[in-house]
Amino acid sequence: MDSAKREDYIIRVEDLVVAFDSRVVLNGVSLNVRRGETMVILGGSGCGKSTLLRHIIGLRRPESGKIIIKGRDITQLDNEELSKLLRKVGVVFQSSALFNSISVGDNVALPLREHTKLEESTIQIMTKIKLDMVGLAGYESFMPSELSGGMKKRAAFARAISMDPEILFCDEPSAGQDPIIAAGLDQLILKLKKALKMTIVVVTHEMASMYTIADRVIMLRGGKVIFRGTQKEFKASDHPRVKQFIDRRPEEYSEEEIGRYARALTSNSF
Amino acid sequence: MELFFGSIGRRALDFLERIYFLYRLIVDSLYWTFVAPVVGKGLRVGSTFDEMVKVGVSAVPIVVLISLSIGMILAMQSAYQLEQFGATIFTADLVAVAQTRELGPLMTAIIVAGRSGSGIAAEIGTMKVSEEIDALQSMGFHPIKFLVVPKLIALAVMVPCLTIIADFVGIGGGVVIAVFSLDLGFTRYITRTIFALVFKDIVAGLIKSFVFAFLVGIIGCYMGFKVEGGAEGVGRNTTQSVVVSIFLIILADAFFTAIFYYIW
Repeated sequence: MDSAKREDYIIRVEDLVVAFDSRVVLNGVSLNVRRGETMVILGGSGCGKSTLLRHIIGLRRPESGKIIIKGRDITQLDNEELSKLLRKVGVVFQSSALFNSISVGDNVALPLREHTKLEESTIQIMTKIKLDMVGLAGYESFMPSELSGGMKKRAAFARAISMDPEILFCDEPSAGQDPIIAAGLDQLILKLKKALKMTIVVVTHEMASMYTIADRVIMLRGGKVIFRGTQKEFKASDHPRVKQFIDRRPEEYSEEEIGRYARALTSNSF
Repeated sequence: MELFFGSIGRRALDFLERIYFLYRLIVDSLYWTFVAPVVGKGLRVGSTFDEMVKVGVSAVPIVVLISLSIGMILAMQSAYQLEQFGATIFTADLVAVAQTRELGPLMTAIIVAGRSGSGIAAEIGTMKVSEEIDALQSMGFHPIKFLVVPKLIALAVMVPCLTIIADFVGIGGGVVIAVFSLDLGFTRYITRTIFALVFKDIVAGLIKSFVFAFLVGIIGCYMGFKVEGGAEGVGRNTTQSVVVSIFLIILADAFFTAIFYYIW
């Protein structure tokens, strides 16, 4: 990789190792995200994809490895600098994570009020624009508890883009939504990408969603990257785990594995 | 054998981790309360006032009701003993001193632990479960500054205020019994109360209540941040925050009473 090419990567993760207590969750994960592309991180439950995301946005520090966002290794930054860097990063959490004690409008306006010195009237207008973008015009004064799940997600998108971030992270945007709302959220991601020219990283296990939005795909399993490439390459992949994922085949256990599992269960009871 | 030592080791590590977390919570809170506003990192004044209303103003009715009862109970119990010596007027001394030095601060702190300590733990715990704390951090906000400091300041200001109200109302409760049941006469009872009370009694009570406020706030926040595992975890830690706060309040009460008795 020559140095000119390195510049193009807005996010670089190198050899990330994460362990909870003695359990290794991510074991040497590396990935590069180009400026302006949509990267989808695929994987089954418990493969470490949400953990990976939590590290890239600086919520947890890894055991080893580098996470370089816009040329700065965030594992080396102190809280102050990290907080500054995060202002240019938007995150949509799996459970939307709207602040339930304040209205939808205030949720969207909060980063602007705290991080900028804009006048209140300007903030009001910007909040309106962002809510309009996600299709929630006129919902400023609603409380988050008055919104449906899909609308909460949309509000979370509005809040994530309120500071005009360069990078948007989404954790399982369509989890728990019906197919129509999930498709609507995918369209929203495409629309936001077009309008705001953001780099987008989406963590998901929904194949349909991946096919709609992804420029490139990474698949995790057991804390390792088992596939990286474009959608076309993904479909053509002959990696057994990738195929299993595409074909929706359940896990197959051998007789021996089942026997070991049963023994482990019985010997543990004391 | 290995299992045995392993479990001891894990428990010790777990314990040390908790102590460290508590230490960080206290140090960060103090930093964001006293240092950060001075160096221009700001203080959330608006939400501090909101918290003051929640913690203080809306607790006034219950504090008044309980203090009135406590004052009346104190007066009746004191009179019951003092009657034997024909010294019922000293009821005024007993009520005033017991209320300002001990029962005013203690009962107020217990009410606040039950009302606000549990509320703080539930609020922060729910926010943690619904990823709101993560969202705060990901937006570049410090959760301590946003959530803990306004609550701590509100408690530190309002609990002593509530204690002053409790002192007055408690003495008022004594007056009610003295006038209507003991025939002591309003003016005489009040004069006796003023004569019996010294400045130190009230200050000692207020110092205690300040410490209690800090304990309720820190324990509530600690239990909130330590919530794990959804709604069940929130419930468990909320209950724990009340039990632990009241326990620590009484320990601290014993400690400070001893200091005031022997040293000051």
